[in-house]
Amino acid sequence: MSRNLRINKNNFIDQTTRISFKFNGQKLFGYKGDTLASALLANNIHLVGRSFKYHRPRGIMTCGSEEPNGIVQIGNDPSLTDPNVRATEIELYEGLDASSQNCWPSVNFDIGGINNFLSPLLPAGFYYKTFMWPASFWEKYEYFIRHSAGLGKAPTKSDPDIYDHQYSHCDVLVVGGGISGIISAKLSAEKGLDTILIDDKSFLGGSTIYQENECYKINSVNSNKWLSNEIESLKNYPNLLIKNRTSLAAFHGYNYLLARENLTDHLSINERKGKIRQRLWKIRAKKVIIASGSIERPLIFSNNDRPGIILSSSIKKYIDYYGVKTGENISLFTNNDSAYETAISLNKSGVKVNVIVDIRKNSESKIVKEVLDLGLKVLWESTVIETQGYKRIKSFEVMKLSDDGNNVVGNKSKYNADCLGISGGWTPMVHLFTQSGGKLKFRNDDNVFIPDQDKTPSNQISVGSCNGEFKLDEIVTKTIENLKSFLDLSKTCYDEMKINCPDEKSKRNIWLLPSDKPIGKTKPFLDFQNDSTAKDVKLALREGFKSIEHVKRYTTTGMGTDQGKLSNMHALGIIADTTGTNMGKLGTTTFRPPYTPLTFGAIVGRNVGEFFDHTRKTAIHNWHVKNNAEFENVGQWKRPWYFPKNGENMYQAVQRESKAARDSAGILDASTLGKIDIQGTDASEFLNRVYTNAWSKLEIGKCRYGLMLNEDGMVYDDGVTTRLGENHYIMTTTTGGAANVLSKLEDYLQTEWPELDVYLTTVTDQYSTISICGPNSKNIIAKIVPSLDLSDSNFPHMSFKNTKISNVNCRLMRISFTGEHSYEINIQSNYAEDLWIKCMEAGKEFNLTPYGTETMHLLRAEKGFIITGQDTDGTLTPSDLQMDWIIGKKKFDFIGKRSLYRSDTIREDRKQLVGLLTDDPKEVLEEGAQLVENINTKPVEMLGHVTSSYFSPNLNKSIALAVVKSGKKLKGKKLIVPMENKNINVTITDTVFYDKENKRLNA
Amino acid sequence: MFIINCPYCGERDQTEFSCGGEAHIERPKQPTELSDDQWAEYLFMRKNIKGVQFERWNHAHGCRKWFNMVRDTSNDKIQAVYKMGEKPPVK
Ligand SMILES: [Zn+2]
Repeated sequence: MSRNLRINKNNFIDQTTRISFKFNGQKLFGYKGDTLASALLANNIHLVGRSFKYHRPRGIMTCGSEEPNGIVQIGNDPSLTDPNVRATEIELYEGLDASSQNCWPSVNFDIGGINNFLSPLLPAGFYYKTFMWPASFWEKYEYFIRHSAGLGKAPTKSDPDIYDHQYSHCDVLVVGGGISGIISAKLSAEKGLDTILIDDKSFLGGSTIYQENECYKINSVNSNKWLSNEIESLKNYPNLLIKNRTSLAAFHGYNYLLARENLTDHLSINERKGKIRQRLWKIRAKKVIIASGSIERPLIFSNNDRPGIILSSSIKKYIDYYGVKTGENISLFTNNDSAYETAISLNKSGVKVNVIVDIRKNSESKIVKEVLDLGLKVLWESTVIETQGYKRIKSFEVMKLSDDGNNVVGNKSKYNADCLGISGGWTPMVHLFTQSGGKLKFRNDDNVFIPDQDKTPSNQISVGSCNGEFKLDEIVTKTIENLKSFLDLSKTCYDEMKINCPDEKSKRNIWLLPSDKPIGKTKPFLDFQNDSTAKDVKLALREGFKSIEHVKRYTTTGMGTDQGKLSNMHALGIIADTTGTNMGKLGTTTFRPPYTPLTFGAIVGRNVGEFFDHTRKTAIHNWHVKNNAEFENVGQWKRPWYFPKNGENMYQAVQRESKAARDSAGILDASTLGKIDIQGTDASEFLNRVYTNAWSKLEIGKCRYGLMLNEDGMVYDDGVTTRLGENHYIMTTTTGGAANVLSKLEDYLQTEWPELDVYLTTVTDQYSTISICGPNSKNIIAKIVPSLDLSDSNFPHMSFKNTKISNVNCRLMRISFTGEHSYEINIQSNYAEDLWIKCMEAGKEFNLTPYGTETMHLLRAEKGFIITGQDTDGTLTPSDLQMDWIIGKKKFDFIGKRSLYRSDTIREDRKQLVGLLTDDPKEVLEEGAQLVENINTKPVEMLGHVTSSYFSPNLNKSIALAVVKSGKKLKGKKLIVPMENKNINVTITDTVFYDKENKRLNA
Repeated sequence: MFIINCPYCGERDQTEFSCGGEAHIERPKQPTELSDDQWAEYLFMRKNIKGVQFERWNHAHGCRKWFNMVRDTSNDKIQAVYKMGEKPPVK
């Protein structure tokens, strides 16, 4: 099987550098410059994979990013393996290890291949029709389908490679390095514009660079020579950046484009070490020139998917560029002149073309004449009706076409072949144009969708064959002409060009070629990757699907990793023919980015691991780390969760911390609470409007708890605000809500109440907060601030003092979130760790115990204090929370006030906050558990759920908060918490479990 | 991804901004005078049209100022940017 099909002459492949690689375990050789596909073909390997649904053997079909079949898994390292790589795009490197995917157990013997023989039973929509009903059958099918369908295998370990993002701003971005892209880049650079030229290949020049044909001349030299000189001249422009191996992924509005540059995928594994693998360029271009070219269309006839059936232009590239014969008995099948270029190239390389089947009546162009002069046999007005060969084409059958092209006539003739080149014309690559918002128009003449000049977003232009210009003279002259106005050029280096090229006059297009058999007995593949046939499309139409988008989804045509680059036009054509619609009216499906698949690595760039999100640490963080804190993420903050001692688990640590805080003293790092400095002559009025309670009469030096609502009346945030001066307040918010509260307040100030004289400044990071609570807190503070009179008369609960600790200004507040006698010290953050250590030393004799968020939550739950975001979820009003006392009913207005008496918010059966006690005091409920009254009436009515639940060491029993329908009225009622293996009996209680009289605040 | 011309800072990338929904919906001066239906109209009803739309935007990662913008939602063309309190320069 392994034969060398390499020819010796070649300009592009370095035949002195041999490269060894593996395919499905077999050791093979290629040369530097090869792609995996060209190296495989040189080794006479066509069969590379199995199709998606029928598991038919499939071979390399193209030489570019449109490849539907030649998709392989690279490597088998669990962290580096790369699935779904197109063999036509990956450059060969020493040690490359590729294997077929979508086959089981091997590409040559594949169990799923049985689907091929079952294919009459697997029509379009088969998955929908069969596996969806009855639902229970899905489980049975699933194993088989998951095992045999699907593409490559994802890596199982994390990706060790480095990826990068780079922003770039330029005057002009040129996408595509073919002849029109080169001309564009040169014109732009010559004008002095800051220009970037990107191309997805390792070389520039597109298909012209290997077009060694006397029929194509520019200024009297062969077009390839001319272009090669032009490429050389690009080096003279320092304002031109050329990026090879860079593929444009997305073209967004306002000329924002994403391009992926491959930096190491062509290097051997050893050479890659320490280098960036891929870079995602985020380009903002003042102007964009799309020169993305066109791709050849296949022809649709029965069994057109056998390995060895290749696009004709790809056969040409394999021979002209890579020096690889795709077969030794090649025939061509075409509806246009370009296959004749392939015939000439093959002939030049000593490969005789057996026969050219052409569906046209004739063609008189220069290039066809040249082929006829070579004595090659052309079968005019004929079509291939069938092919033979399982793992490689062996032969094909030809018949004459009727005049209208709907039928075949006369006798069959059979030709042997190991390769059949097919050419169905050309499709402009308009993906990027439409991604950017451009609209297409249909050109009936040659059945192409091209950019509509009048519906092109500003500051971009499409040039060359992606704009529907296919002839060399058209490409060159029109590109220059269009760029003159686009870039505002007067004279250019390209004025007065002399171009010779053949003129194709004869055109004929048949989307679905006829056969001597009824369509039911044929297999004309449309989408090679997803295995949908022309039959499937026709079936979908018969079943009533009309929209192209629906037909696409039902038949899965165009839904593979190639996004139907080869199949879409034929699907549209067949729909148009079958329904008698004009293709232009039918329109196309939507082209969505990315143009070719992107790696996740390229998308995330450096934003992995610790850079995935910002981490905020308090000024006291290092002390917490040294003292074995376990941390909890609260927003972006790392907060101490609990401080385990002597191998304690979380439960044990929290029980100890909670007890210590109430028995003697506890200390909490509360620095993460949001702090907003509010100043201005209208500050009091502002607070009146944003909080539910009244603020005008709050004395200077006093603190007040406030509840903030959304305009819909639902509780949004809460916290204590302190009046520092006549026109000066400091507001605290929840940790998670800080940024949003500031934004919301700014919004109201700027847009609804611009007349208020108020200034908001976030000082969350500038001040750190240390909270000390418990019966001994006063003794500890007395040691730290000996000069301050801490008596209840001088410094009562809910008041504030400016003070100094070791000559550093501090704000000392007497406020409590635990129900204990408690203080909060606010200090400039750079002194915070020192102060914390000072507190710890002062508190040693009182067993001052550091505690984390878990103990804080437990202590406040004992007191029935809510945590917004835990006990509330944006659907609870203050009244639902039994906090009617905080509504300033006499206030004219505040945010959310009007919503508090909407018909919905005054309902009495709303979910309301209650306390819960379990009948068994040792049983701790799960947060989120449902509450029901009667377990036996089906469906069981869910009355509410548990929002907070703990075992209280201070009460020596389990306590919980919950929201329950009509909960306020249900005190004393027994409910059930149904769990997986038991039902837990609970009783609704008051929300305050501990120290109902608030005696401890002043203890 | 658009480029927005912040009336205070100039042209900046869209990633610096956040959209605050439909513009020119004034908070009622006397909410207590309104019926449930009238209040609901202010609270919930937004147009979200395909075509020219008046929107509130905030330069969240910049000057933090709110401003208004006229944008055609069908093609993202920004027709005007103007400060809060100013009359829209286009119809
Ligand atoms: Zn700004």
